[in-house]
Amino acid sequence: MKLRIKFRKYGPVRFIGHLDVMRFFQKAIRRAGIDVTYTTGFSPHQVMSFAAPLGVGLTSNGEYMDIEVNSFHSCQDVLERLNQASVPGIEVVSVKELPKEAGNAMASVAAASYTVRFREGRAPAADLSAVLPGFLGKKQIVITKETKKGSREVDLKPGIYRLEWSENAFFMLVDASSGGNIKPVQVIEALLAECGETLPENALIITREEVYTNVGTQEKQKLVPLGEIS
Amino acid sequence: MKENLALSDDILMKIEKPERYIGHEVNSVIKDKEKIKVRFAMCFPDVYEIGMSHLGIQILYDMFNSMEDVWCERVYSPWLDLDAIMRSLKIPLFALESQDPVKDFDFLGITIQYEMCYTNILQILDLAQIPLSAAERGEDCPIVIGGGPCTYNPEPLADFFDIFYIGEGETQYRNLMDLYEKCKDEKAGRTEFLRRAAKLPGMYVPRFYEVHYNEDGTIHSFLPTEEGIPSTVRKEIEMNVSDTCYPMKPVVPFIKITQDRVVLEIQRGCIRGCRFCQAGQLYRPVRERDVDTLKKYALEMLKNTGHEEISLSSLSSSDYSKLPELIDFLMEECGRQHVNISLPSLRIDAFSLDVMSKVQDVKKSSLTFAPEAGSQRLRNVINKGLTEEMILKGAALAFEGGWTRVKLYFMLGLPTETPEDIRGIAELSNKIAAVFFDTVPKEKRVNGRVQIVASTSFFVPKPFTPFQWAEQCTKEEFLDKAYQTRTAISEQLNQKSIKYNWHEADASVMEGVLARGDRRLCEVIRRVYEKGSFYDAWSEYYNNERWLETIAECGLSVDFYTHRERTRDEVLPWDFIDCGVTKEFLWREWEKANREETSENCKLKCQGCGAARFGGGICFEPRTTIAQE
Repeated sequence: MKLRIKFRKYGPVRFIGHLDVMRFFQKAIRRAGIDVTYTTGFSPHQVMSFAAPLGVGLTSNGEYMDIEVNSFHSCQDVLERLNQASVPGIEVVSVKELPKEAGNAMASVAAASYTVRFREGRAPAADLSAVLPGFLGKKQIVITKETKKGSREVDLKPGIYRLEWSENAFFMLVDASSGGNIKPVQVIEALLAECGETLPENALIITREEVYTNVGTQEKQKLVPLGEIS
Repeated sequence: MKENLALSDDILMKIEKPERYIGHEVNSVIKDKEKIKVRFAMCFPDVYEIGMSHLGIQILYDMFNSMEDVWCERVYSPWLDLDAIMRSLKIPLFALESQDPVKDFDFLGITIQYEMCYTNILQILDLAQIPLSAAERGEDCPIVIGGGPCTYNPEPLADFFDIFYIGEGETQYRNLMDLYEKCKDEKAGRTEFLRRAAKLPGMYVPRFYEVHYNEDGTIHSFLPTEEGIPSTVRKEIEMNVSDTCYPMKPVVPFIKITQDRVVLEIQRGCIRGCRFCQAGQLYRPVRERDVDTLKKYALEMLKNTGHEEISLSSLSSSDYSKLPELIDFLMEECGRQHVNISLPSLRIDAFSLDVMSKVQDVKKSSLTFAPEAGSQRLRNVINKGLTEEMILKGAALAFEGGWTRVKLYFMLGLPTETPEDIRGIAELSNKIAAVFFDTVPKEKRVNGRVQIVASTSFFVPKPFTPFQWAEQCTKEEFLDKAYQTRTAISEQLNQKSIKYNWHEADASVMEGVLARGDRRLCEVIRRVYEKGSFYDAWSEYYNNERWLETIAECGLSVDFYTHRERTRDEVLPWDFIDCGVTKEFLWREWEKANREETSENCKLKCQGCGAARFGGGICFEPRTTIAQE
């Protein structure tokens, strides 16, 4: 049986890296006494899959992991046990049993939404609401991506599904699939480049709001939150 | 959620592993500041991953926090990246739980586990903005108290500590806290508190002692400066190890640390009496923990941490009398719970091989022997009760069981060592390889090979061992010995199956200086630190030239501390400490070593070391007549 677990990550624990969050849950699941399934062999490990890794320093209201269990009492029970075994700042908000044929969390990721704010004193001078329509109207938003093998040019445009600016915050919905993952900072950098400004170091406060899967087709996407598939 | 981090986001985003500094780990203890009387910062002066792995601190953390009036928090050495930032921005060192500055605490406790961390202690004080010298600390400064094995010769650190707690922490801390609270109520002041503390058992307060030196640099006298201050300090010891505090809910770090597992301390002390080993003398007498208590602890700790691994901790674990029962229990429970057992180094015999084959992958794991010396003669000198026959028999058994990798640990520079003893290292390695080819038929050999890794470390004489009087080798002698070993190995028939590793010699010499040093070294340590040295235990940051140059600047000599044999009547810097084992016993053992005579272990025959006066442990158990080997 597979369970999809949605959790939030906020406060000081936002500095815990992705791999350590996985390690945290492996131990939390054991503390919680959940009848998780193990692989066989000399070093058995829990059958577990995380959706999209969250960068260090980001908070999130919509993280997902799938675990395989041999038995469980109820989703509510799993949720309560996990929260009991957790620390402040890592909070399970929902647990759902997945249909047998559902793909694992990691493979299902198509998009993610974020709220992005500027740190005090690090906001650009430009009027962002004035710049935004022009930016979104462009045919291409080309950025240079540094990779291990050098740099290459990438067009962000097809992967920006929504980008809004209101009350001093951006809301964005962007591609988060393994092939076309877009980081919020890339979008903001490209936008600021448009007004001839550069983003200062560590200028953004970013919260991931939700992670989505595509239940439509390649051409006509229909995005639903990972936790809402039935 | 309330943010109370001592470091800003900008800093935390810039440094390596910010998780080292944010606290909030599972089972870390948060208390209400308003409701406690004493704030205790407990420090391991090395990086988080190492400090968090230390069992002693976990025991004391648990003990202190079980006291209603005390809140104990953790402190580790900031890594070099954060160190530089804290210095330039003048951010005071903080404790992990409250993120409050350490300088505002009542106590700063520092565990001193190895000599090469001494400069890190100064880093801690400096970053905490506490004066390095105890004499310069005002009423507002925390009381800086040291503990751990290096406090059995605390003299090189005497200037920097207000108190050293000699011995096991379980026994006197409650009394010390009571005294502190009483002095605070009475407004008695710092010096008066320290004066009264010096009269508590196990407490050494260096400011109340004075050293006079002879012309040759040896100690003439070491005496208290005030009436009522004891002239010797006896170590504290917990005799009832089955019924004392043990951390049932150890802190579970977010990042992977060195000991990322439940650690079960099965006994304290060691019956063996190897003459080079300090721990074997300091922690006498052997005290075993009750096996049923340990079983209960294991389950409870696994449940409370969620760790996937458990390990047993003690010296010479094979000597724990209920080991088979405990391991059987753990194998059954752990198998059910998908927990791995990480075995301590066990004496290789049919029992341990059977256990190992059940808990590890034979193909991937290796077998470890610690003969420590290459020849039987030298093994007799050091009283290492492991014979060539035992090693070869163990190896044959292991090869039959499918193992193909063997690790061998030796020391170079042991007292009385000759070129033949060094050749013995190569010859023993060669014989083990030959056993493989004799035992395992060609068609059964995995890759046709056996892999033997022989490693040597350089011997550093330590206080409270029979070798405390011995001369230590110079760097040149050490390196020559390593060269001889390498050459001898290359001349063996099976040399292709043997890999040889040796350690750096520079740090071993300096470790020797600090281990048997006196108060005059305080100035050296301070100057070396002020010139920029810390993290000396990390070879990549160790600056040997700086140490040598500073020792010379202070008018001291490396050879005085290392390269000379001490005489029986010399006053040793640590003579004022009574660790339970008498100087007469140690001298007797030193003489026996020189005569190449061995001493039986505590289970076979009492050697009259003096530890029986603690009134318990192995000293009062019936002796066995059957050889334990």
